[in-house]
This record gives sequence, structure tokens and C-alpha cells, in this order.
Amino acid sequence: MLNLILRRFAIAIPTLLTLTIITYLLMHSAPGGPFTSERPLPPQVLANIEAKYGIDQPLYKQMWNYIVGVVTQFDFGPSFKYKDQTVNEIIARGLPVTLTYGVLSFLAAVLVGIPLGIFAAIRQNTAVDYFANAFAIVAQVLPNFVLGPLLILFFTLWLGWLPGGGWNGGYWPHLIMPVIALSTSYMASVTRIMRSSMLEVLRSNYIRTARAKGIPEHIVIIRHALRPAMLPVISYLGPVFVGMITGSFIVDSVFSTGGLGYYFVNAAFNRDYAVMLGVTLLLGALTIFFNLLVDLLYGVIDPQIRY
Amino acid sequence: MRSMSKSKEMQEFAENVVDAAEVQGRSLWTDARARFKKNRAAMISVYVLLAVALFAIFGGYFAQWSNEEIDWSILGNVPTKGMPSIENGHYFGVDDLGRDLYARVVQGSGISLMVGLIGAIVAVVFGTFYGAVSGYAGGRVDGIMMRIVDILYSVPFFFILVLLLVVFGRSILMIFVGIGLVSWLGVARVVRGQTLSLKNREFVQAARATGVPSHIIIFRHIVPNLFGVIIVYGSLLVPDMILAESFISFLGLGVQEPQTSWGALISEGTKTMQYGTLWQLLIPLFFFTVVMFSLFYIGDGLRDALDPKDR
Repeated sequence: MLNLILRRFAIAIPTLLTLTIITYLLMHSAPGGPFTSERPLPPQVLANIEAKYGIDQPLYKQMWNYIVGVVTQFDFGPSFKYKDQTVNEIIARGLPVTLTYGVLSFLAAVLVGIPLGIFAAIRQNTAVDYFANAFAIVAQVLPNFVLGPLLILFFTLWLGWLPGGGWNGGYWPHLIMPVIALSTSYMASVTRIMRSSMLEVLRSNYIRTARAKGIPEHIVIIRHALRPAMLPVISYLGPVFVGMITGSFIVDSVFSTGGLGYYFVNAAFNRDYAVMLGVTLLLGALTIFFNLLVDLLYGVIDPQIRY
Repeated sequence: MRSMSKSKEMQEFAENVVDAAEVQGRSLWTDARARFKKNRAAMISVYVLLAVALFAIFGGYFAQWSNEEIDWSILGNVPTKGMPSIENGHYFGVDDLGRDLYARVVQGSGISLMVGLIGAIVAVVFGTFYGAVSGYAGGRVDGIMMRIVDILYSVPFFFILVLLLVVFGRSILMIFVGIGLVSWLGVARVVRGQTLSLKNREFVQAARATGVPSHIIIFRHIVPNLFGVIIVYGSLLVPDMILAESFISFLGLGVQEPQTSWGALISEGTKTMQYGTLWQLLIPLFFFTVVMFSLFYIGDGLRDALDPKDR
């Protein structure tokens, strides 16, 4: 187990470094920096600004300073666009919002998808199964940026039940539509994966043996079939997590929730490289960390895997 | 008499034998085509997709307005006068700026379909090349090449794509390149796995024994045997590409005016739906959804037709 963790970290560190270097180089090669404006600044002023932000130094030195700052003090530097704000402050404002609806959507996708998939498998070719299948197909072609506007159309413009956007400190009516928009397509995928894997497990020999021994069906399913059937779902949790993160950009854009996605997209428009770099690194690190967790969980559930 | 009939039987038999020898072997592809044709959902999807493609290519000839012309007579009151109508030539209504939505949808469909197709082709070609070389080379080269894929796999590529678009300007070419670059990794993994199992087969050994150079073995003997897998994987990539492009364009980071795509059109429709101009949202949405459905069923059908597991 420890071996696996170490090996994973051995991959995680070059990954984050690669990410930093690619991002940094890309930004550096961009035509027009963050301080180019309609009216060119006097060269003296520009030089002063560049000295303040440290971009007059050679590239490797900038990068080194940045990495040291992030690693030792968790400091992502100042924003290039908003003069009185640091990237840390922007992250501190956006991350709680993103995490709130991200975690809720993740839980919704898993906690609805798994039971629905199991029921669809147990009651194969019944109404539950057909519903689960139809749901899976429809949700697959309705990505979050399509679902979000449709939800607003129904629940805000036509029915007037829910607020059409805003955050309001995470008051629950503001959370419902973002969570539905973000979780639906992943819920459908989890359902589909759970169903097909459960069907496969239920056909195996040891399940027949268990039934032949006269064990009640619900115990066969809970104690014998569930654990192996969960494995494909668990390996799918990594992509679900990534989907929650990228999907949060759409949620912020459609529902004006003001999470990290809002700041990232704004930064992309304003060429605010510091914010882009900070958000990319933070979310990249979160993703890698989460994938590690999933791997460990996989090992706990599947005894065949020895690290 | 008896001997006559017997010889006749014999003759018939002999003919049959000759016929049997002439019956063509059923290749993988004939089999697959037959199976695919039996899949009704997939066949309907093919026709639907063809219809949308024809619409994107030739629909422009039926437009009464160009995609950049502004209909000044409507501009002020789009919600009341801009809805779809045959009379004033705006079959799909007008958009927020008084431009003909029909022409815009034709244009957007073209771009979205092209992104799907070209993005998938870029990903498939590069991924196949990389995976086949890595798998065939084996050993340390394989280890290094696959470690690189592993590392790139855990980089959140959405960010890199946005960065590429911000840094190099938002052009269609950049979207093609960016999205294609993002998605070759999966192809590379699949192709490498298949190559590993193919490279020790007799026909490859025979080729190697007769002194065929490696690059010819890879491209003439191994890659053609992977076409089935590659086609299935590629067909599943197309909707992903369209989705990614629409996602980026919805955020406003993708295609730029005056060009457009389904994602950009849906995004515009979203912004104006509260004024009652619902057609601006629903028409591009309809095209997007119908094509995603079709691609889903086609991918499914191809997998059923070509996947050797179910044979």
C-alpha cells in the first residue's frame, strides 16, 4: 500500500511540474502581455510594473521563484489584472463555492446512480430497467451546458419556482439547479456502468452457488455481488471528478454562481496569467490527489490487487 | 436408367462442389456491414446524420439572407417580429442582432460537424501512429512512451485547451489542433494494447523473418489489422469532439464572430431566452441534440458490428 502511494507521488510530482512548465511557457509566448493596453504605457512605467511583478527577470528564474513560492508558502502571487488582489484571495473566494456544488453533485451522481443501476440489473427488462436505460441515453446527449439553460427556462422563467442564478451564500434554492445540471450526465453514466457490471456478476458461478445454497436473494446481492460489481464504478469516479471540475465552469457561466470557473474564464478573457496558472495548478493537484484516493479505494475493495 | 439418374445426381453434386469452391469467404467487413444494417436505430441515425450534413453543405443555397446581413426592419423588435416565418425569408427567425438564424445555423452546423470529424481524424491518426510504434518497439522505448501518456493523461486538459486558445488566438485551426491533441491519448493506449497482442503472431514473425523493415511491418501488417478497433474508437470520439468544441464556445472561448457553431448559438440563445425569443435557443439545440443522438447510436452500432467479443 505504502509502495503504491509512493509510486503515485513519483508520478504526481513530474505531472504537476509538466503542467506548470507547459502553462508557464505557453503564457510567456503569448503575444501581448497583461499590461498591453490601447494606450501604450511609457517605457519607464512599464519597466517599473514589470519589475514589481518580477517579469523582467529571465524565464527560468521567474519559474523557479513561482514554484518555490507555491511549494513553500502556498503563494500563487499577485493577480495581473486586479492590482490590489492576490491569486490566493481570488481562489479563497471561488473555491468554497465550486467545492460546495461540486461535492453535492458528485454525491448525487454516485448515490442515485449506483442504486438505480443495481435495481435496473436486478429487475432486468422491467419498467425500472427501461427507465434507467432511457435516462442514460437522454442524459448522455444533454450535456450540462444544454441542461442548465433548459432548467432555467422551466423552473425560473415558466414556473417561477427557483431563482435563476446567483449564489446567496449557498442558500439551498440556489443550489438545486446547479447540482442537477452538473450531476445528471454523470449520474446516467454511473447507472449504466453499475447496471452492466451487476448483470455480469449476477451471471457468474459463485452467485449461482450462493443461490443454490438457499441464501435469500437480497443477501446474495448485498453480500456477494455488490462488492465485485462496484469495481468498474469506482474506476469511473476519477472521470466523474474531472467532469465536476470542468463542468463547474459551465455552472458558473449559466447560473452566475461565482465559483472558480467564473474567475478562470474571466482571467482567460483578460489575459490574467497569474490567475489562470494558479487555478490550473490547484485544480490539477486536486484531480491528481483524488485519483490517488480512488486507486487506494480500489485496492481496499478488490483483494486480488496487491501492491 | 438407374445408372443415368445416379450419374445425374453425381453431376449435380459435382456442380455443387464446384459452386461451394466458388463461394466467397465472408470477410470481417462483410459480416460487420450485415450486422450494422440489421441495427435499425443505427441505420436511421446514419440517414439523419447524412441529412444534417447535406443541410450544412447545401442549406446555404436556400437561404434568403446571408449570415452577416442585418435585417434592419426587424432589429428593433426581434421578440415580436423575428420569429420563424416563411414570408420574410427567415425560416428559423432572426438572432439577437437581426441576422438570419437559418443562415447562422447552416454555418454553425458546418463548423461543428467539421470540428467533430477533423478532431477525431487528427486524434486517431496521431494516436494510432504513437500507439503502434510504442507497442511494436516494446521494452524501454515502450515504457518511456507510455509513461509520457500516463503523465499527460492526468493533466487536466481542459485548461491546456483554454490556454492554447488564449495564447494563440481563437481560431478554428487552433480548436482543431487543441481538441485533437487532447484526445489522442486514449487511442494511443488502445492501439498499443492491440499491437502488443498482434506483434507475436505468425504473419508478423514471417514478415520479420523475410527481412521486412519495422516501419513497413507496422503500417502494412499491424495497422490494417487494427482498423476495426480504430473505427469504433474514432466513431465514439466524434461526439466527444463536438461536445468539447460546443463547451468551449459556450463559454465564449471558442469560435469567434462572425463564425459560429452550435455551442456559440446555444450560448446566444441562452442569453436572450428571458425576452421570449425561444427559437434562438431551441433551434440550435434541436440540431445539436439530434446529431448527438445519431452519433451515439452509430457508435453503438459500430461497436456491436465490429467488436469481436460478441461473435
